[in-house]
Amino acid sequence: MSMSAEAKLLHPGPTVKARMSRDDWVMRGYMIAIGIYLIVALALPLYAMLSKAFETSRFDLAQFQVQVSDEAGNFNAGPVRLDEINAGLGKLPPSDLETSADGRLDLTQFFPDFSFRSPVKYRLIPSGGDAVYLVGSERFTGPEAGEFDSNTFRKVVIRPVQDFGLANFRTYFSTPALFQSIQNSLLISVISTVITVTLAFGFAYALCRSCMPFKGAFRMIAMAPILVPSLLPGIALVYMFGNQGFMKELLLGESVYGPIGIVIGSVFFTFPHAMIIILIALSISDARLYEAATALRASKWRTFWTVTIPGARYGLISAAFVVFNLVITDFGLPKVIGGQYNMLAVDIYKQVIGQQNFQMGAVVSVVLLMPALIAYIVDRQVQKKQVALLSARSVVYQPKPSARFDWLCLGYCMLVALFILTILGVCQFAALVKFWPYDLSFSLKNYDFDRMDGGGWEAYRNSIEMALLTAFIGTTIIFTGAYMVEKSRGFESGRALFQFLAMLPMAIPGMVLGLAYIFFFNDPDNPLHFIYGTMAILVICTITHFYTVSHLTAITALKQIDGEFESVAASLKQPFWRLFGKVTVPVCLPAILDIAIYMFVNAMTTVSAVVFLYSTKTALASVAVLNMDDAGDIAPAAAMGMMIFYTNVAARLAHAGLSRYVLSRTQGWRLR
Amino acid sequence: MKKLVGGLLAGVAAGIVSIGTAMSAELTVYTAIEAEDLKKYAEAFNADHPDITINWVRDSTGVVTAKLLAEKNNPQADVIWGLAATSLLLLKTEGMLEPYAPKGVEMLDKKFVDKSNPPAWVGMDAWVASVCFNTVEAEKLKLPMPKSWKDLTKPEYKGHVVMPNPNSSGTGFLDVSSWLQMFGEEEGWKYMDALHENIAAYTHSGSKPCKMAAAGETAIGVSFAFRGAKSKAEGAPIEIIVPEEGVGWDMEATAIVAGTDDLEAAKTLVDWSITKKANEMYNSGYAVVAMPGVAKPVEHFPANLLEKMIDNDFEFAANNRKAILEEWQKRYDSKSEPKG
Repeated sequence: MSMSAEAKLLHPGPTVKARMSRDDWVMRGYMIAIGIYLIVALALPLYAMLSKAFETSRFDLAQFQVQVSDEAGNFNAGPVRLDEINAGLGKLPPSDLETSADGRLDLTQFFPDFSFRSPVKYRLIPSGGDAVYLVGSERFTGPEAGEFDSNTFRKVVIRPVQDFGLANFRTYFSTPALFQSIQNSLLISVISTVITVTLAFGFAYALCRSCMPFKGAFRMIAMAPILVPSLLPGIALVYMFGNQGFMKELLLGESVYGPIGIVIGSVFFTFPHAMIIILIALSISDARLYEAATALRASKWRTFWTVTIPGARYGLISAAFVVFNLVITDFGLPKVIGGQYNMLAVDIYKQVIGQQNFQMGAVVSVVLLMPALIAYIVDRQVQKKQVALLSARSVVYQPKPSARFDWLCLGYCMLVALFILTILGVCQFAALVKFWPYDLSFSLKNYDFDRMDGGGWEAYRNSIEMALLTAFIGTTIIFTGAYMVEKSRGFESGRALFQFLAMLPMAIPGMVLGLAYIFFFNDPDNPLHFIYGTMAILVICTITHFYTVSHLTAITALKQIDGEFESVAASLKQPFWRLFGKVTVPVCLPAILDIAIYMFVNAMTTVSAVVFLYSTKTALASVAVLNMDDAGDIAPAAAMGMMIFYTNVAARLAHAGLSRYVLSRTQGWRLR
Repeated sequence: MKKLVGGLLAGVAAGIVSIGTAMSAELTVYTAIEAEDLKKYAEAFNADHPDITINWVRDSTGVVTAKLLAEKNNPQADVIWGLAATSLLLLKTEGMLEPYAPKGVEMLDKKFVDKSNPPAWVGMDAWVASVCFNTVEAEKLKLPMPKSWKDLTKPEYKGHVVMPNPNSSGTGFLDVSSWLQMFGEEEGWKYMDALHENIAAYTHSGSKPCKMAAAGETAIGVSFAFRGAKSKAEGAPIEIIVPEEGVGWDMEATAIVAGTDDLEAAKTLVDWSITKKANEMYNSGYAVVAMPGVAKPVEHFPANLLEKMIDNDFEFAANNRKAILEEWQKRYDSKSEPKG
């Protein structure tokens, strides 16, 4: 008898299952609560947006019958349905009956003999209550029939009915002005990615592998672009390279409005993101490999390509995808400097705000979601591999001084720093000048925000309030959520779903999230409708938008704490929240502060998601920058942008001070 | 005695309070009026009607229109005060406006009142297309001053004209619809084809071309007179040109939103919005207002503006808006390369 047959005979024992303690229930309940938050704040709005993309409008000719009189005005002939007339004439194919929600169809085209001078009369008989037609601007709904003389009949148009299908996507891909943006967006993103990653690699390499002075200062300057909205470099570029720009000649006659401007601005605002990822990748490489290379007499050039680059490859790939994602989903910069060069994120705005075509906005959102989603998935796969690179035996690489190389690095870093500081400096200068370029005397007139569109100083106060709320509430939700998912036991499927939901926001472009929020929260049947137009929806949207990175920071910090703490606490019959308060939070405090500052800074600078959601009472500084630029008030826009910058610098300084204090008070155990 | 006085005072106070609560109302008013004018408008209204509080919801024309359409089934606004008539016509065809003939509507210029009876909306002031021309930059570039729309298609202006994109800007749309009305459909598109060759950029907002001209970022900005006059007052070296063929215009208008909670208060506001006093108030920024005989010339406004305003067919504009914008987009928006 074989083993397997024998095994079959054995009676299956009872499945062993750990008893759920009260702690487990509480933790599980809390996790589910945050899970529900993520579903409501993320999954359901996205679903609402997807279904909007498939919501179509079409003219339903079968809804209407028309009766035509003779020249004396007597209706002798019976009524005929419009769709039959259309089929008889072979006039409009079904594709011509697809339209958007504000479509209007002129009826005279179905009557080849029509003349507005003719004495013939027309009677329009709608079939039911959802048949709508207009006479001029007057609206009539069925089944009320109307009788018109020929001259009035040319003012009669019918309105579409709602339908469901792929028509919006067909329209999108048959309109060159729309689908051209896909190519534009991809092209700009790839070019910006290549340039940014190359520049950032050089900068990180200099910081990591040279002995040049002022490393700390360079690092700080390189991180500055994170503190401003992405549209600020666009404004600076107008002053530098616009038609009145003082460096205009450098572009050799090319216009800055368009791809050139978008690429330069994108490099500026994505630089710190790429630089920090590559810096980390370079700093964990193993010095022993370089020793081996030297021992094998490999040239520096060869060592660079066979040791340095492969060692940093995951960082480089990751940086590339992060930059790509940031550029393709960014809205502020192409809006300001893009000129006639259409990009996907701006198209969403144009469709929704300019043309009130929400359905088409949703279609473009779905299109934009694709590359962003792919970039995100590839990035996740790459990051998973990165972890294994650093082994316990690795030796940290220590650069040796080399005058020529150090000078070279210093020069290079100074150039990059000059680029960043120039952009910021130009904005500040422009904000203080009275009337560029005709009156260069200084004045504070551009700070009189209350006289401009955009929300005035109140917008600035709102932004600070929003950023503080986002930092406090967001950090609480995200950190506790991460704790529950990391430290609770069992419930594998629930935890996996939670992880998935927590990772999803990173793949969702801000514009898409904002639009999804309109569709979901502005639905009068939604019980949460009341938060629409309030500060709450801005805070919820911003927390959700920036959930992923904060969640990962929290998880990383929590993983450092041994699970034995939980076991010990359980055996001492201590409830988990005591452990959480006494051990977990104090130990993770630096990470918690990092999450808070990340939330604060992003809440101050974000434009894309909130541009659809702010109301008059909750105007935001970052949106005010956009709107003031939109109205042509470029100097006040620059002034407000710099206010955001200084606020973020102040927040950063406060964060640094607080972190140092916290480290000295609670992190003594790290020293020993 | 003291008690008596006290009691009397208390009684009077209670009476005032009760009258106050009986009368006091709050209205949510959607508007696209310039931010700096809002406070002035509310104060002037409250001087006559202190019992009605206005809660402004302000944004650009496109955004307010989008917001109203999005709230179609659950309107949040009570009154719209100061939104483009083209937008109000759009809302009217959606059945979103409450028809109402405000007191004294017969005093207004017929052009400024909706044709239905009772009218769905009433106009406040006209907002007229004009061309802002930067004289300093023109001298540098040796550009003669254009006199007509047709002049703008001359080759010497190539790359020096900025106009708003009709897809996102109400001003842009009124330009396009006025050309189609003035030149006829075929000639109108031919004109825009030629103009397109000279356009340096289509902006998102209607005031931006003029501000760009004011800052010398372009020599010629197709915009509206109100904006030009403001920039000129701020010291910009610009001339405001009224092209001789005639200029398109739109008006800011007022309407009651169907489904308002407080129809009486809404009517009070709309009644007030067409009074002589209100019209005088509009006149501080706009040279052309709804009530004939009220308007005084506004500083820096071109003198011949009124006579150059075309007989704008708003119904044509609203009902053909979609078709016009689609055609425009097909012709000009797909050329995505920026031009120098």
